[in-house]
Amino acid sequence: METYYNPEDLPKFNTMKEGSPELWKKFYDWYGAVFAEGALSEREKALIALAVAHAVQCPYCIDAYTQASLEKGSNLEQMTEAVHVASAIRGGASLVHGVQMKNVHSKLSM
Amino acid sequence: MIKTRHKSMKAYGDLLAAANEQLKIINQPDTLPKFEAKFRETGEEKLLANEIEILQVNIGKMCNQVCKHCHVDAGPDRKEIMIRETMQFCIDALAKTNIQTVDITGGAPEMNPDFKWFVSEIRKLNRHIIVRSNLTILVSNGFKDYPKFLADNNVEIISSLPYYTASNTDRQRGDGVFDKSIEAIKILNEFGYGKEGTGLILNLVYNPVGAFLPPKQEALEKDYKRELWNKFSIVFNNLYTITNLPISRFLDYLIESGNYLSYMNKLISAFNPAAALNVMCRNTISVGWDGRLYDCDFNQMLELPLTDGMPHHIKDFDIKLFNRRPIITGRHCYGCTAGAGSSCGGATT
Repeated sequence: METYYNPEDLPKFNTMKEGSPELWKKFYDWYGAVFAEGALSEREKALIALAVAHAVQCPYCIDAYTQASLEKGSNLEQMTEAVHVASAIRGGASLVHGVQMKNVHSKLSM
Repeated sequence: MIKTRHKSMKAYGDLLAAANEQLKIINQPDTLPKFEAKFRETGEEKLLANEIEILQVNIGKMCNQVCKHCHVDAGPDRKEIMIRETMQFCIDALAKTNIQTVDITGGAPEMNPDFKWFVSEIRKLNRHIIVRSNLTILVSNGFKDYPKFLADNNVEIISSLPYYTASNTDRQRGDGVFDKSIEAIKILNEFGYGKEGTGLILNLVYNPVGAFLPPKQEALEKDYKRELWNKFSIVFNNLYTITNLPISRFLDYLIESGNYLSYMNKLISAFNPAAALNVMCRNTISVGWDGRLYDCDFNQMLELPLTDGMPHHIKDFDIKLFNRRPIITGRHCYGCTAGAGSSCGGATT
């Protein structure tokens, strides 16, 4: 194995059912239901998934949901904005912890 | 991003401009299942034609655009144009049948000097006429009276607009195409096209701008209608989503971009038996610019004629013979059977 991540592994995702078919079926059915058209459109859900894929930095998910976003009708501008949303939350999550830094700083400083 | 073309592949002398070179690639990899075997998943042994309802006539390969995905390899340099004598054979064929719809395509069909004559003659037979217009031709010098002509003859217009933004559209169809297309739609709207109650139909076509499948037709149509109305105050009737088939310039793009095998696998894994039973070749006959007959416009470009024993030229047209004929298929047919299916009238399921 040259790298931990291999694009050829993505289509092998469903081999995960081999260890526990019952749990796989629950996951698979639930996953399908989550991404079906509902209060949110399939296109909106794919964009959310794309953003989350970047937040959790999953290359498989980035590959899959870039394709899914295109195939649900999104364009590069919309997909880029979704990634910025994920990035802003990640950046903001770091920055907001600065309040803790300030609290400690305040406590320790004269 | 792939190169912008200003001329056809044929004009550049590209090897892949030849149909037999394309077929070599499509037929080559033994790792991909053959369409004929996959088709049996429908429960039917062979793809057979039903009664013909549509005569699709390609009246020439000349076009004012050079789109990157064009399956015709059309362009300003293409000289193949249907002559009036061949059009008359089409009229004669129509006159002796009950085929209700004539679907005129190209190239840019308006660039055929006998286009108006052909439309007028079909109109006399009281058949429904569809013209596949690229829109930009309608705002080009020498063609600005065509929107009125089309409206006066109650012609349905089907036009590619691969996305509701300029960047995606122009990447596929050429710089400035989106703006000109919007200008043309505004003019068509002024004549009543796309507006309820006028009877003048303007349908738009979405093609993926790349190696992926189209979205769901209904969902995307809502996005198109909202965006085009909000940004440009323009309207249309229906959106048709059409899958790109792996032939001609799109095949060239797939190979150049390293997407060929993954795209073929995507089409194959999305094979939909219901879509396979609804393919347009079952109720259509395609006529080439020289009068030759094919099962569809794609087979026409691959120079795959009707099966043996059928008439091969429009002058020998005999509708009784075409019913239940075996349709010539190949791996390119996976493009029409993937997902929700694809035809010149959009999704098929």
